[in-house]
Amino acid sequence: MDIFLQQIINGLTLGAVYAIVALGYTMVYGIIQLINFAHGEVVMIGAMTALTVIAGLAGSGVPPLVIVLAGVLAAVPVCMAVGYGLERVAYRPLRHAPRLSPLITAIGMSIVLQHVAMMVWSRNFLAFPQIFPNPVFFVGGAAITGVQITIIVLSLLIMGALTAVVFRTRLGTAMRATAENPEVARLMGIDCDRVIALTFIIGAGLAAVAGVMVGSYYGIAHYTMGFVLGLKAFSAAVLGGIGNIAGAMLGGFLLGLVEALGAGYIGDLTNLCHLPWQPDLVAARCAADGHLVLFGSNYQDVFAFLVLIGVLMFRPEGLLGERVGQRA
Amino acid sequence: MSMLQVQGLKVAYGGIQAVKGIDFEVAAGEVVCLIGANGAGKSTTLKALARMVPAQGSVRYDGHDILHLPPHALVGRGLALVPEGRGVFGRLTVAENLRMGAYTRRDTPEIARDLESVFELLPRLRERQRQTAGTLSGGEQQMLAIGRALMGRPRLLLLDEPSMGLAPIMVQKVFEVIRSVSQQGMTILLVEQNARLALAIASRGYVMESGTITLTDAAATLLDDPRVREAYLGGE
Ligand SMILES: Nc1ncnc2c1ncn2[C@@H]1O[C@H](COP(=O)(O)OP(=O)(O)OP(=O)(O)O)[C@@H](O)[C@H]1O
Ligand SMILES: [Mg+2]
Repeated sequence: MDIFLQQIINGLTLGAVYAIVALGYTMVYGIIQLINFAHGEVVMIGAMTALTVIAGLAGSGVPPLVIVLAGVLAAVPVCMAVGYGLERVAYRPLRHAPRLSPLITAIGMSIVLQHVAMMVWSRNFLAFPQIFPNPVFFVGGAAITGVQITIIVLSLLIMGALTAVVFRTRLGTAMRATAENPEVARLMGIDCDRVIALTFIIGAGLAAVAGVMVGSYYGIAHYTMGFVLGLKAFSAAVLGGIGNIAGAMLGGFLLGLVEALGAGYIGDLTNLCHLPWQPDLVAARCAADGHLVLFGSNYQDVFAFLVLIGVLMFRPEGLLGERVGQRA
Repeated sequence: MSMLQVQGLKVAYGGIQAVKGIDFEVAAGEVVCLIGANGAGKSTTLKALARMVPAQGSVRYDGHDILHLPPHALVGRGLALVPEGRGVFGRLTVAENLRMGAYTRRDTPEIARDLESVFELLPRLRERQRQTAGTLSGGEQQMLAIGRALMGRPRLLLLDEPSMGLAPIMVQKVFEVIRSVSQQGMTILLVEQNARLALAIASRGYVMESGTITLTDAAATLLDDPRVREAYLGGE
């Protein structure tokens, strides 16, 4: 098996999901300079809602494709409602407050949503029903599953559509105008509150789809799943340059690749048996087991945050970002 | 009846009264200027009319009180402000900026026609329509800001210091544009520190000093007024 190619495939799949989630962070940040820390929870609610619908319909004789579609079609409006609710109830009243207030509120909303989800969906791990056979294809010594192909292709389509909306439509132009100067945007007759609400709604719709993607990729959902996923997608947005749409896409894929390759090779790289000189204790263990690995692939999560720290230290504006924000 | 009738307009920033109860009016087809020194409250007055700052008093536009309207509702009623410092969207292209000027309009064929006439009036913008507005020179940005306001088909145009920060030759060009817009029948309220230019283009003027209007007359009379000459025209 070709580990490198395999990890590239896995990385692209993860990266596609990160990119879709990162877009939600970056669009909201771009328009009101708020890091919506509750965005990861919206992803989780998307996964949970879809799971509920899919589990409910599984075995009912409805064709599997229709079931999955129904799951997505339920998750999207639910998440949009949650995203709109967050903006309306939690963030809009703080529009003119010091920047720290909405940020702390966002963290609070993340906790609130987690606990509401726990009450609705219990504190157990829920299995995503396997209603589809998941075909596996082999390319050049690596395997790619039908779910992976679907995630990658669908995310590319979504990104293309979003780019078209933001850069080609009247609404998208109004979003960019509002992001740049809301006061003047109002003079143009743009109802900025409405545009901001729509930005949240679009981001939440993307989060819903991402939630269904991760749910079906890992086959499992849990009320805390949005937290780390959200932080990683946020890291991806920062990596690409927060506020920048293309940056979020690039950052998402790069982060997915770094993470997958890191997870694929960290065991080898930290295998002390590869050291040219080994202390007796290590040599003894190597002789016995053949390996002595310092960090296993369970350290996978570390990479996203190493990337985040690295970006913040060396290129805080991100890969495609233009200016260094000195704001809180 | 006047197109714009302002009575007892007051604006405060925190505890500081920037506009202290002023009255003025603008009749349809007129060019009226509001001149005064730095910090007199000219921009604040225009911002109050455009609902960008909370204000008290009465502002009647076309006979309706507009002080309760949200700012984004004004352009649809034909009131457009070209803000101080131009306020173009630097990351949007020139064409996108112009299209944002027509944001509230739905009459697509008419918008295309207006875009054509804006390009005729401001040919530089046609050449640069695909360029981001941030790459334009200051004078070109001012032209864009005016063109963008015209795309909303305003009936009353509020201009805040269109000459600010521009080289004299560019100031001349901008004022030629303003003159030709007014000759097409536009009603204009012009705020300027450059009193000579403003009074040359306007039919009437108001002089503002620390939040109050201290003097008003026909522009030609103000140009000859010793107090105006002393304070705003370099005392010649
Ligand atoms: N956002 C604000 N917060 C507090 N005070 C303000 C604000 N904007 C203006 N002011 C104050 O209100 C007064 C009037 O300001 P304004 O900008 O209206 O003056 P202006 O006549 O337009 O001056 P200039 O010719 O310099 O543009 C000034 O004393 C100014 O310091
Ligand atoms: Mg001013």
